Formats: sequence, C-alpha cells, structure tokens
Amino acid sequence: MKRGLKLLGPFLGLLVVVLFFAAVGPPGFTSFANFKTIATQTVIVGLGAIGMTFVIVSAGIDLSVGSVIALVSVVVALVLNASLSPLLALLAGVAVGTLVGLVTGLLIVKLRVVPFIVTLGMLGIARGVAKWLSGQQKVNAPESWLGGLMSKTVEPAWTLLPPGVWLLLGLGALMALVLRRSVFGIHVTALGSNEDTARLCGVAVGRTKAAVYALGGLFAGLAGVMQFGRLGIGDPTAAIGLELNIIAAVVIGGGSLAGGQGSILGSLIGAFLMTTLANGCDLTDVPTYVQEILIGTIIVAAVALDRFRHRCEA
Amino acid sequence: MDPAPTPPALRMRAVRKAFGAVQALSGVDFEVHAGEVHALIGENGAGKSTLMKILAGAMAPDDGELELDGAPYRPAGPQDALARGVSMIYQELNLASDLSIERNVLLGREPRRFGLADQRAMRAQVTQALAALGHAELHPGRLVAALGPGERQVVEIARALVGDLKVLVLDEPTSSLTRDDAARLFAVVRRLRDRGVAVIYISHFLEEVAAVADRYTVLRDGQSVASGPVAGTAPATMVAQMAGRALEEFFPRVPHQAGAVALELKALAGARLPRAASLELRRGEILGIAGLVGAGRTEMLRAIQGLDPVRGGAIRCSGRTGLLSEDRKGEGLALPLSIAVNTTLGRMQTVSRRGFVVPRLLREKTAHWIERLGIRAAGPFQPVADLSGGNQQKVALARLLHHDVDVLLLDEPTRGVDVGSKVEIYLLLGELAAQGKAILMVSSYLPELLGVCDRIAVMHRGALGPARPAAEWSEHSLLQAATSGEAA
Repeated sequence: MKRGLKLLGPFLGLLVVVLFFAAVGPPGFTSFANFKTIATQTVIVGLGAIGMTFVIVSAGIDLSVGSVIALVSVVVALVLNASLSPLLALLAGVAVGTLVGLVTGLLIVKLRVVPFIVTLGMLGIARGVAKWLSGQQKVNAPESWLGGLMSKTVEPAWTLLPPGVWLLLGLGALMALVLRRSVFGIHVTALGSNEDTARLCGVAVGRTKAAVYALGGLFAGLAGVMQFGRLGIGDPTAAIGLELNIIAAVVIGGGSLAGGQGSILGSLIGAFLMTTLANGCDLTDVPTYVQEILIGTIIVAAVALDRFRHRCEA
Repeated sequence: MDPAPTPPALRMRAVRKAFGAVQALSGVDFEVHAGEVHALIGENGAGKSTLMKILAGAMAPDDGELELDGAPYRPAGPQDALARGVSMIYQELNLASDLSIERNVLLGREPRRFGLADQRAMRAQVTQALAALGHAELHPGRLVAALGPGERQVVEIARALVGDLKVLVLDEPTSSLTRDDAARLFAVVRRLRDRGVAVIYISHFLEEVAAVADRYTVLRDGQSVASGPVAGTAPATMVAQMAGRALEEFFPRVPHQAGAVALELKALAGARLPRAASLELRRGEILGIAGLVGAGRTEMLRAIQGLDPVRGGAIRCSGRTGLLSEDRKGEGLALPLSIAVNTTLGRMQTVSRRGFVVPRLLREKTAHWIERLGIRAAGPFQPVADLSGGNQQKVALARLLHHDVDVLLLDEPTRGVDVGSKVEIYLLLGELAAQGKAILMVSSYLPELLGVCDRIAVMHRGALGPARPAAEWSEHSLLQAATSGEAA
C-alpha cells in the first residue's frame, strides 16, 4: 500500500498537467490523435527510463544513454545500408547497446571507479565512436519496417497505437515484474539499499552490478532503434543530453539517487508527464524556454515532496 | 546450567592477534556449549571486538586454535562463517531497509520458481522463523524501513536462524534498545538457547549478564582472565576481574585553581541521548565524564556544541566552546589538507586580509602552534594525513586553541595516541586549566580520568550522575557506576 502512495504523487502530477491543458483548451489536445502523438514521443525516453530505473535502484547512474542512443541509430543505419535485413539491424543495434552497458558495468566493478565517472567517460566515447562510424554525417538508409515502429499511421488500424508504444508498455510490465518479483530484482534493490548487507548475505554483488548496466545498455539500444525509426536516419548528433531527461523521468517517478527506491510504473509516468507538458506547451504556443523552466521546477518539486513524505513517515 | 557432556560448540585455545606493535589478543581461551548463553565481558579495548572479528571470519588470528563442533574452524570470510553456522549480530544493524522483512531474511538464498522469487515459500519460511523467535506478530511483508530497532534486531536474528545456526554472537545487542525491547530480546535469546543454539553474548551491562547468561568469561588486556557460572558469582567479583589493575601510567599534574562557572547544564536532554545531564564546570577545572560506549557522552558534548538538537533542559555557557571529535579521521580533521589549513579553518580571518589568505601570516601562526604543542612535522604545509595519531590529535587541539575557545569539549582525546603523546597531551591540558580554560573530557580510559581530572561524573544510559572529586573514585567504583548506574 505504501508503494501505491508513493506513485500517487507522480500520478497526480500527470493528472494535473492533463487537466490543465484540457481546461486551457489548446485545439486538439484531448483528441485521440494527440494522445497517440504524446505516447509516441514518450517511447524513446520511456525505454531509456526502464533501464535507468534498474541502474538508479542499484544506487548507480548512467550518463552515457544519450550517446549510446545516437551510436545505435548509426549502427542500425549502417547495417541496413549493408543491405542486411531490418531484423538483423535491430538486433545489431540492441547488441551494441548491451555491449556498451556491459563494458560500463565491468569497468565499474573491476576498476572500482564510481558509476558517475565511468559513464561520464562512456558518454564521450560512445558519441565519438558514433561520429567516427558515420563519418561525422547523418547516415541515410533504405526504407524498411523499422520506420513503421514509430509511425503515427498505424497499420493495421485496430492496433490503435504504433508498435513502439506497445513495445514500451509490454516491456514496462515485464520489467516491473522483474524488478519486484525476480531474484535478480530483489538483489538489485538490496544492493542499492545496503551494499555491505547484500555482500554479507551472499549476493553476487559484482555480477549483479554488471548485469544492471548491461540491462540499462539493452534498453538504451532499444531506444536507439526507435530513434532511428523515428527519423529514418542514423544521426551521430541525436539525443544529446537525453540521459538527463531519462534520469528526470525516473526521479519524478519516485526513484532515489541514494538507491533502493524506484519503480518502473513511476518512471513511465514521469516520462509521460514530461512529454505531455512539452506537447501541451507546443500546442498553446508557449515558448520552449518556459517548458524548460517548468520541467526543472517539477524535478525539484517532485524530489522535495518525496523528502517531505519521508519526514512525515519517520 | 550444566555444560553438556558433548564437545563444546565452539572452542578457542591460546588465540593471539597483533596489529603492528600492539598485541590486541595475547592468549584467549574460551568455550561455549550448545544450549548455553555465554557472556563475554570486559572493558573497552580488552579485545572483545577483535575476538569477534576472528570468529566471524573478518580477520585471521596470528596463532591459536579454533574448533567448531570438534572440527578445526578457520573461516575464510563472513560468508564462510555463515555457511558453517556461525552468525553475528553487529551493533550497527545490517539490513536493506527498502526491502520487506521476508526478503531481508532470505536475501541471497531466495527460494526460486521459474526464475522469480517464490513468494509463497518465502512467506512460509519466514513466518515459521519469526514464530520460533516468539514474534509471530511481525508480518513478513512489512518494509524494514518502518520497523523499530528492536524489531530490526529480530529480523537479523531470524536471518541467522533460517540457516543452520550453531553459534550466534550478539555484540552489545541492547545498546540501541529500550528496556521493553531488551526484555523481549532476552526472551528470544532464551528460546534460541532452548533450541540448542550456542549464544555468545557480549555486553558491558552486568545486570544483563545476570539476567540472560549461564556462564561468563572476562577479557582483560587481550587475555581471558576469568571464567565461571553466572549464578553464584557476585557482580562485584566480575567488576574486580574486569578492572584488575592499578594506575600504571604517569600523569604529570600542573597546579590549577577552579574559578567562575563557565558552563552549566540543567537536565539537558538530546533527541535520544542524553536523557538527563546536569553539571557545573568552572574555569581552571578539568571535569571527566566516564561511562560506557553508547551511554550518551558523545551526544552530550555534541548537544553542548550545538551540533545535535536539544529536546529539553538548559545550557548556560559563558564564553566560546570548541569540540574535539572522537572521530578524528572521519570528522575531526580534513586529512588531505595541511596542518596550517586544519588549524586555522573556521577562523581564517586571523590569517587573511580582505578575504584573501596571507601566506606569511598563515605560516607564522601555524609555526607558533606547532612549536607550542610540540607537533612533530616537516612544516606548516605538510598534509595532516602524513602525521602520526598523536601528532594529528595535537593539530586538532591546536585548532581549538587557535579559535581561542574558553570551554574545551574533548571526546576521547587520547584515543589512538601513543603513550609519549598521551603524556604530552595530559601536560597540555593541565597548562590550559592553569590558564583558566574550562575542560570537559569524555574518556573510556579510566586511569586517564583518575589521573588527569579534578572531578569525575559517570553517565549511565543517558543519565549523568553527580560529579565527585577524582580522589573519591577508583577504577573499580567508576566501572561499577558505569555498568550498573549506582555509585559504589
């Protein structure tokens, strides 16, 4: 029941934003077509936030996600250009993301360097590799069904939402189960809550940590594939700073940078909240700088509220 | 309770352990049987925690034998000890507070079903363990963050019980508990004993030993010096066995005269500790505070300094106070920084002009304190981390003097300090008192309190007793007051 209470904050926040724009009434905000737009815009940040939730619950951080998304979009385009199948391109993209995450995790475990530093390094490395592979240019690719993943013209029509949105929701449900109910998920929470205890109880701390970053990388890879799907090109300069939006989504959703706390549902609500806000502002012609100020305020307010709730409980 | 005729659950013979030149354990013999609660008692620094670390596999002994159920026992690490059935409940509780009770109890050995943790099996196992401890009222699904210290301890013990528990070690288990929680803990300990677990109970509190233990062993200066049944042994006998020595140290005294009252506490109460502390400290006086670790002495000093919140009572202080932390490395000093910065930090206006530090002033001031306190260092700009413990402590004292405080609050001022530096610090304290400073000194080293202080008061579980002239105290009576709360 406590967890329900914890989700109440972000959920109410989302509700307030939706009701506000519905009342202010920018044309078309409440239409299904616009909901589809918002949902589609949430896919990339949402997928990243699923992986980031595991990282943050384990008391870690991953700053490299934006760069990894760009790298993966380039890899997907290059594989397609080599006239290989779109499925192979997708798998290659996810594999590259996972590999980067695994390397990050192993560096953190083996070199005992804090995640902030290792992933800050990886932010530069992945971005650099993306530019190198792409020859510092956007990489065009032949059209394929990968573009359909994020297309707003849904086919067949009865699926209502683009495949990318369904993928986000399905994986969200699956990973929520993994975080709450699987032995791996419990160990991740224990690790973030009290690492010494986890080690004392025989949790394979190193292996669990490495797996957490590999998982984060896997989801960054999926987000990269979606990034490619959205624009149909591999762009080495895409998603700059996107990791901060992803971290913000997790934090708004109740994730604690001190570890041990966070939920997939909360993170997804956080991601939806931010896209809805951006979308509503766009429709009412509110300048972007106001959006930026608003989102910044919401991040601080969400965490302050959470602290306040903690103090009330104690 | 008669020891069973079987071999002891755990036996230690002639166990020795040294850290550098310090012999922490110099021959410990100790045995505990299945179905027995064995109390391990001794003063601070007697070697109890070293002994327990060896038992838990956190460090290896230099010499000696350990046997578990008659077989040699040399745990490679905490997990190995756990696997052999030796479990340790530390003073700082080891739980993941973001997880539920059942997940904490079974952490690292979750029953699995299709890759997921088997919720039903977990609940069943943990319910059973909690019931066996007489705490069936704890719901296994509750979050540990919502539990009190007593309940958390039960969770830790349940964790030990779920494995094959042979020997359970409780290290000062009541230090953070209320009286009611402590009574419930004793019931748990008795239940474990009746199930055939060998319990090692480490405590300073002799009334607890009398309430819960069957046998006891006294550790003193790294040696086991006495052992016997608890029934029929007077607490006074145990106290005598724990103290067992006269003043050995040399305490230089500088004549000083008590003047006006500098600090007055009236029924001071902190957030948790102290509960009630009243005292009067005069200029030109050294007042010592004895008591056990966790009695609330540090909390009292921190409350006076304004670092911890005050719940009740009054503090009246004429002049500035300065605190010397017991945690020199963690809190007292910025180790990577220089002697100069550490000494002047917080009062840099004396060495700066218009907000900028003047290197010449900084060097001169620091050189003055280095000479005044006899700090052995290469120069004012040497990092404090390079200095010995004794010289580090002198730097910490130099800061108080640089700040020109009137009331010095010293928490374990000679902890981790070599004998030579100790004597120098005692001499300095006497000189400061002679200059009219008021000194409040917390120490767990009884000879030092008796040798240096003018008056001594004893804190017991948050309540500060009356201050009496040092000459009216003995190690024996201090220890008795510290362990039982009653002045002898």
